[in-house]
Amino acid sequence: MQPNAEALYRQMYKSRRFEEAVTALWNDGHISAEMHLNEGEEAIVAGVLDHVTDGDALALEHRGTAPMVMRGVDLAVLIKEFMGLEDGLCRGMGGHMHLFSPDHLAASSGIVGASGPAACGFAFAAQHLRPSKAAVAFFGEGAMNQGMLMESINLAAAWSLPVIFVCKDNGMAITTPSNKVTAGDLLTRAEGLGAHAVSVDGTDVDEVWRAARDAFLRAREGNGPTFLHATCVRPEGHFLGDPLLRIVRRPVRELKSKVAPLMKAATTGGSSLSERAASLGSIMGMLGRAQKTQNQAASDPVERQRQRLSISDADRDELEREVDGEVQAAVSSALRGQEARA
Amino acid sequence: MKTMTFAGAIEDVLMKAMSEDPRIVVFGEDVHALRMNLYAKFGDMRVRPTPISESAFLGAAVTAAMAGLRPVVELMMVDFVAVAADALVNHAAKIESFSGGRWNAPMVVRMGCGGGYGDGGQHEQSLWGWLAQVPGMKVVVPSNPADAGGLMLSAIEDEGPVLYMEHKLLADYWIDYLADGGRTNLDYDIPEAGIRGEVPKSWEPIPLGKAKVLRDGEHLTIVSVGVSVHRCLQAAEQLAEGGLRATVIDLRSVAPLDTGAICRSVEQTGRLLVVDEDYKHFSLSGELAAVVMEAGIAAKFARVAVEDTIPFDRRREAQVLPNVPRILEAASKLVGR
Repeated sequence: MQPNAEALYRQMYKSRRFEEAVTALWNDGHISAEMHLNEGEEAIVAGVLDHVTDGDALALEHRGTAPMVMRGVDLAVLIKEFMGLEDGLCRGMGGHMHLFSPDHLAASSGIVGASGPAACGFAFAAQHLRPSKAAVAFFGEGAMNQGMLMESINLAAAWSLPVIFVCKDNGMAITTPSNKVTAGDLLTRAEGLGAHAVSVDGTDVDEVWRAARDAFLRAREGNGPTFLHATCVRPEGHFLGDPLLRIVRRPVRELKSKVAPLMKAATTGGSSLSERAASLGSIMGMLGRAQKTQNQAASDPVERQRQRLSISDADRDELEREVDGEVQAAVSSALRGQEARA
Repeated sequence: MKTMTFAGAIEDVLMKAMSEDPRIVVFGEDVHALRMNLYAKFGDMRVRPTPISESAFLGAAVTAAMAGLRPVVELMMVDFVAVAADALVNHAAKIESFSGGRWNAPMVVRMGCGGGYGDGGQHEQSLWGWLAQVPGMKVVVPSNPADAGGLMLSAIEDEGPVLYMEHKLLADYWIDYLADGGRTNLDYDIPEAGIRGEVPKSWEPIPLGKAKVLRDGEHLTIVSVGVSVHRCLQAAEQLAEGGLRATVIDLRSVAPLDTGAICRSVEQTGRLLVVDEDYKHFSLSGELAAVVMEAGIAAKFARVAVEDTIPFDRRREAQVLPNVPRILEAASKLVGR
């Protein structure tokens, strides 16, 4: 089995364009509150989802959009859910963090780490009811410090459950650098819990695809779970409107209200001068890091795959036009639905 | 008098308390970004971000408190308590009893609560009734800057665990962080008197378990907590225009509960309306009905509370959360008009 570069590119491109459209809707105030995107991790989702067939289950986290898009959920129905409309995927009750599609055995949670136990349950049901079917858990490296997720890896290994634990490592746990709060090595940790563990460059869909193929094979043959660690970037931060990115992008506007109290706090008593200097240094470090994640064309998985396509430019343009049209139609349909409601 | 924001009052009290008492430490999710000023002033030993490991760091807070520190732990949102309920329910709340009164866990758990900005039913709950049910737990829910500061001071000074719940519509950084994200094109029903207001020249602790009567009226008693207090005041104003005079009581603490203040008022009015953003069944509102009955007071009772999972859709969310029309309707029914 070899990866189909064009099909994978279509999936990644579709997810990216879809999320760009969602970003515009969010900016215009059509979507309330938090909005977590999969931008930067499309190769991971596409490389894994390409192996998912009917009967396989998806345990999703707060970034559930790309998996739903790539699993074939209707785009308009997804946007309508994000906009809280009655004919959205979950009738406007769940929103983007709580996407559910019983037809696809896909369930989401906004609680960090909750996809671990969810995948175990799906996998146990598969052992009983759907032989050779598997369950995927998507989560970030920040979730690897959540007890329930570590417990789930052990449970899956102890019961030889057909689970693929997909750890999307973007280096940031919400707005805290993961290396500040994570000890040891995640691969070793997963191995210590009894899972087979592999690490790949998560911006390379080929690499992800091959690792996922092996993981699914292992799962389907009854040989237990795989921990698939994939590195990636997070160009839009934790969520749209990430406070660190806002400071980086619009320093004058954002810092106006923040600098005075910060400097006052740092210069009037408290801990020793060196400790306070270290705090300020670390705050600047956080901002520098946010700045760095922004413009990394080299690590953009969609662009990377685009460069790799062997089809003609004309065919590629045609593919992109098709997807653009699909996304645009979905947005228009959702906006019409919203107008009709108002 | 001077004025402060709700969030500013909390930070002001923490700044002063931490300057005076080196045992106070802050830890929790994202505190270097969320509490930048405290971090800049007190450094990493006293203001420390945690992994997303609620059961570990809440559990650690209990014994850190038992061993001499006074942790102020940050949990982001009360919904996440469900991940780490063991540390609170089976440990923090039990230490004093289990040790025969010989050991305490003086800790504050600071968390956002409540809805009204379209974040869905897993990020907008209140859950104070659920948590207050456990003996040994104190739960405070301030509704304005002055109370936010005074109650925080008491929470820090308390010798046991105190859950300090900041409504996200009142603490402005939560709306900025979770709802707007830099946008200016969305509206929220934010009570002005809740997010900014007068605070005392120097902070005095407000005793936990002491309700505040905000308005006097002889026809009915409306009891509430948090943001809903402001909805009640608004409703009471409208009721007064129609000749119905309501007493409005802000509980401020869910546990301990100021049963005296409630009973005194209901004895006068004979009617109790509870307005609660927490769930209706097996709840604070039910508890208040029981309190009045146990006191032998014959009173009519009604409640406006959350009966379903909070919808993501903001329109339906607004119907499910307590609002002025629902309060007016319940009040009118209660007095038979």
